[in-house]
Amino acid sequence: MDYGLDKKSNSLKTFNTIFIVIWLLIACFPFIWTFWGSFKVRADFFSRADWWYAITAFNTLIETGVRFTTEAYSGAWFEGEFWKASRNTIIVTVSVVSISLFLGTLGAYALSRSTKNYAFWILIIALIFRAMPHITLVSGYLFPFFQLQIWGILPTTIVVLVAINQPFTLWLLYSFFKTVPKELDESALIDGCSYFQTFRHIIMPVMWPGVITAGLFSLMLAYNDFTVTALLLNQENHTMVPKIQSYLGTNQHEGNLMWAVSSVVSATAPLFILVMFFQRQIISGLTAGAVKG
Amino acid sequence: MPNKNFFWFFLPAGLAMILFIGLPIISTGIQSFYAQHDQILINVKKCDPFGCKESVVVDQEATSKIREEKPLGKFNGFKTYIDRNHLATDQVSEFWEESKSFGEFIGKVGNLPFYKALVFTLTYCIIVTPCVLLLGFVIALSLNAISRKIRGPLIFGTILPMIVTPLVGSLVLFWMIDAEGIIGANLQILMDDPYLSVKSSKSLTWITIIIYGIWHHSPFAFVVFYAALQTVPQEPLEASIIDGASRLQRVIHIVLPHIYPVVTFVALISLMDNFRVFEPIIGFSAEGSAQSLSWLIYDNLVNEEVILFGSAAATSIMTIIGISIILAPVLIRTWREFRTNR
Repeated sequence: MDYGLDKKSNSLKTFNTIFIVIWLLIACFPFIWTFWGSFKVRADFFSRADWWYAITAFNTLIETGVRFTTEAYSGAWFEGEFWKASRNTIIVTVSVVSISLFLGTLGAYALSRSTKNYAFWILIIALIFRAMPHITLVSGYLFPFFQLQIWGILPTTIVVLVAINQPFTLWLLYSFFKTVPKELDESALIDGCSYFQTFRHIIMPVMWPGVITAGLFSLMLAYNDFTVTALLLNQENHTMVPKIQSYLGTNQHEGNLMWAVSSVVSATAPLFILVMFFQRQIISGLTAGAVKG
Repeated sequence: MPNKNFFWFFLPAGLAMILFIGLPIISTGIQSFYAQHDQILINVKKCDPFGCKESVVVDQEATSKIREEKPLGKFNGFKTYIDRNHLATDQVSEFWEESKSFGEFIGKVGNLPFYKALVFTLTYCIIVTPCVLLLGFVIALSLNAISRKIRGPLIFGTILPMIVTPLVGSLVLFWMIDAEGIIGANLQILMDDPYLSVKSSKSLTWITIIIYGIWHHSPFAFVVFYAALQTVPQEPLEASIIDGASRLQRVIHIVLPHIYPVVTFVALISLMDNFRVFEPIIGFSAEGSAQSLSWLIYDNLVNEEVILFGSAAATSIMTIIGISIILAPVLIRTWREFRTNR
């Protein structure tokens, strides 16, 4: 309860406000600027003459006749086949989220209800697995996948992403399951439910907030992944993030920078909208493991 | 829960982790002892009206045949680990002998690919991690003092840098600091140097990537600290106010001790994540002046002619060893706690 003891001086308040405003500017301005620039032509957004052209749309007006052009978007989505990449991303994301939640809830429930030593060790091993840089795992996959001829296709990538995601999902859901009282299980077991029935009909219905949080994190991992998708998928099956990289161009072939700009905006927008709605769950998820344990 | 039920509940998740995290680590270990086959060379005698010449050419047929028979390559033992691109023991001892001063030796070793990457990775970790902790904590304190009504949107704005993928985040910044972008162009005006380019200078590239790292990771520290701040009990704070403690004293003596376990958690997670720094190097096209361990592995794996599995695997194994060294103190502490609790 606040008794009004903590009196803040006005200068402190002003300083605090200024600090927050500056930080928010640093955090958000790059995105606003890129969003704005994606409706311009290259000569404006990457202007050799004067950066102010990006605001006045000097060249955009000359080249297209309007101040806001969607040329970069139509180019990337149709000519650059970004629609294909986004379709692949949707397939990968939906499959990864559903499979990893299925595996994760089962596993984490077992871990949270076991009093044995091995449950502790499994959690420790999961922590070690969580620390592995993804690229080192990929260097382990490539050779066997080439030999088995399962390289380049979506299902392989989905399974790999699910597995990479498991340690974090297990830890997160474990800390959520811990908050569900054990008495709930025990009464169900005494009433004659099997373990699976208890899990399915008694525990899962009260676990939805935790499941949504874990789902969001799996989604962000699958949606944002670059290392695995760039190296395990062939050109045809690329998801959004490696596709954006391919627009950047290499020494051998020139890319199309404005396509990259517009596809960065297209890839980021759904994520921002999602976070706007589920902000509370994301924050509770990040803190679940930390604050409680 | 009985063992049998535990087994069936945990089987799917456990199987996924063993097959796709445990086995690949073993597979990486095995691959690191092999190297790709050399091309098989044959002497060919070529005769034309002016006489016969002997030349060496690649026997394509035999080369592809041996590659097909033994796809893993030839057994190489620890040779990959000590070659020039990894630990470079020969070069290091050579440098040790011929260098006049210790500084010269360090400078020479720092130019070998593996050590170069190691130096960058460690520098990045050592600078970014404390900065992230500090900035995240300050933002959390500062937001916590602001009216509850407008906190929601402010938190949303604050966590944006964290939720975008590192590649996109670094690209967005890269386009701004480009000589033709808004910050780059203004820097040129500010410094009165029309040829100033962040890209071309090694130290400026390092600074950019480090600033990017702080920008990207601070929101994570903020979120965790912010949640922890909500759990700080009010009574001791009020008592300290009555006793006349200043704001700073309250933070140091009451808030910090309360959230201390969370600080170690955030430090550990950001250290682990910073050690695998990789995507910003691609996003900032900084391969020329900044290379990390993860980037070295990536570079071997996307090699145009032959994928250098052995070389990538050796670097991977050494990266894993590095991660274990970072994790070791935490694991030892957890184990001690576990043993005393029993």
